[in-house]
Amino acid sequence: MSRAGFIRFLVVAVAIVVLEIACRAGLIDPITIIPPSGMAAGAWKLIVSGRYTEDILLTLGSVALAAMLAIVGGFGLGYCLFRLPRLRRALDPLLASYYAVPTFIFYPLFIVLFGLNRLPLVAIGFMFAVIAMAINTLTGFERVPPVLRRTARALRLSAPTALVQITMPACAPYLFTGVKLVIAYSFIGVIAGEFVLSGAGIGHQIAFAYNNFDNPTMYGLMLLLISFVSGLNMLLFVWERRFYRRRGLT
Amino acid sequence: MSAATGGSHASLRGVTKVYPAVENHPPVHALGPVDLDLRLGEFFSVVGPSGCGKSTLLDVLAGLTPVSAGTVAFEECAVVDEVPEGIGIVFQEDASFPWLTVWDNAAFALRRAAVSESVVRERVDYTLSFMGLAGFSSAYPAQLSGGMRQRLCIARTLVTRPRLLLLDEPFGALDQQTRLLMGDELLRIWRETGATILLITHALDEAAMLSDRVGVMSARPGLLIEIVETRWPRDRDSTIVSRPEFGEVTGQLWARLRGESLKALELTGVGRGGTEIVR
Repeated sequence: MSRAGFIRFLVVAVAIVVLEIACRAGLIDPITIIPPSGMAAGAWKLIVSGRYTEDILLTLGSVALAAMLAIVGGFGLGYCLFRLPRLRRALDPLLASYYAVPTFIFYPLFIVLFGLNRLPLVAIGFMFAVIAMAINTLTGFERVPPVLRRTARALRLSAPTALVQITMPACAPYLFTGVKLVIAYSFIGVIAGEFVLSGAGIGHQIAFAYNNFDNPTMYGLMLLLISFVSGLNMLLFVWERRFYRRRGLT
Repeated sequence: MSAATGGSHASLRGVTKVYPAVENHPPVHALGPVDLDLRLGEFFSVVGPSGCGKSTLLDVLAGLTPVSAGTVAFEECAVVDEVPEGIGIVFQEDASFPWLTVWDNAAFALRRAAVSESVVRERVDYTLSFMGLAGFSSAYPAQLSGGMRQRLCIARTLVTRPRLLLLDEPFGALDQQTRLLMGDELLRIWRETGATILLITHALDEAAMLSDRVGVMSARPGLLIEIVETRWPRDRDSTIVSRPEFGEVTGQLWARLRGESLKALELTGVGRGGTEIVR
């Protein structure tokens, strides 16, 4: 383990131990926060009982669908903006102010459009994530060194081959960042949507447990969710580090 | 393998390049009219002041930029809008692919050309060894020095066995010692492959050392105002710089170029001694 990794681990471990001691010593009201060991036990029980498997799969399915659509749609939009500078100039102010608009206000519209099912939540996750992917794609294409485009021509590559074999690998670091953001935003969009607007899914079950003062379930679900998202992020982080190191970017 | 210097390998006839007006900027007459014959198997360099259209000359010869007037031919076929088979280009900037290993970089063009894997392996191994990169096959470009990355770009071009090699200031980013050594490498490649070489450079000593002939270009719009024959033996290297004739060739080039360089500085608004010209 690297020194930075060890420090990271130490900070998290100390925070958990301090919280455990504070809860056990009665410094924190158990109605507010239960000890981390209680959270872990709650999470384990949830996994073993399989009570929430359907909700977990529902949420992960919606996140995956939203992320996939956002990656494909964002890439397409970013590429169009790159190829059509006039369109880009026209959309620039909208893109700049996009994240100032609370996406959830569109939920009633999505219900009208898609009905009372998972699709409005997928749409919210998608809307949350798509522009991050588009902006990163656009930046990536813009940052491809012109000499690589000239090299593609010098090597007599067709336009599609040049795109796939040179341009896309050249802007891969930006696409990678876009994908990372898409995953994070899709989770936020879908789960936050479930909190308020859904009858199923992890977000809904956390809200339901909260309303019923069922702290072991609430914290158990939260712990499962945090573990999953952190694990996924760590995986992406490791992959990204390896990817950047290879290109001499770290 | 060696080719005798002979008939015309590539030619430019009345080639002119005018870049059209863009928004508030007027059209730019960058080049020409230029007439030039590159002899088969010769080493030809082009020198000229900054912004005189040297790289544009290379671009039109390669088919990377369309001409505004005139014709370009390579092996008696017109060059129009695309790089003909048989022409290899090395640019000034690092054009190695950072996501591929040295070996895969070198193999890139051959693999796209659907050459059999055994031929790819044979040619890439040979070229990397020839370029002194055999020990770095599995390294990534980020792990190489600037000179080695440029050698890699040359290797990637050489594996396609170009008959005309166009080099656009390939050593521009390297220090003087490395440039001299790279010059030796280039001469070795030239003798070994028998290719015709066109080198664009701003370094007079580099042009004088490497070339059979050196074309001197005027300030913009670039015209070929003189072609200097060096008369060096084919089997030469960087030690030639210590010969008295080398000084004569360099002096001859500078005598022709000095006035053009001053004109170019005036065009860019910078006067003698780096002071701003007040009109």
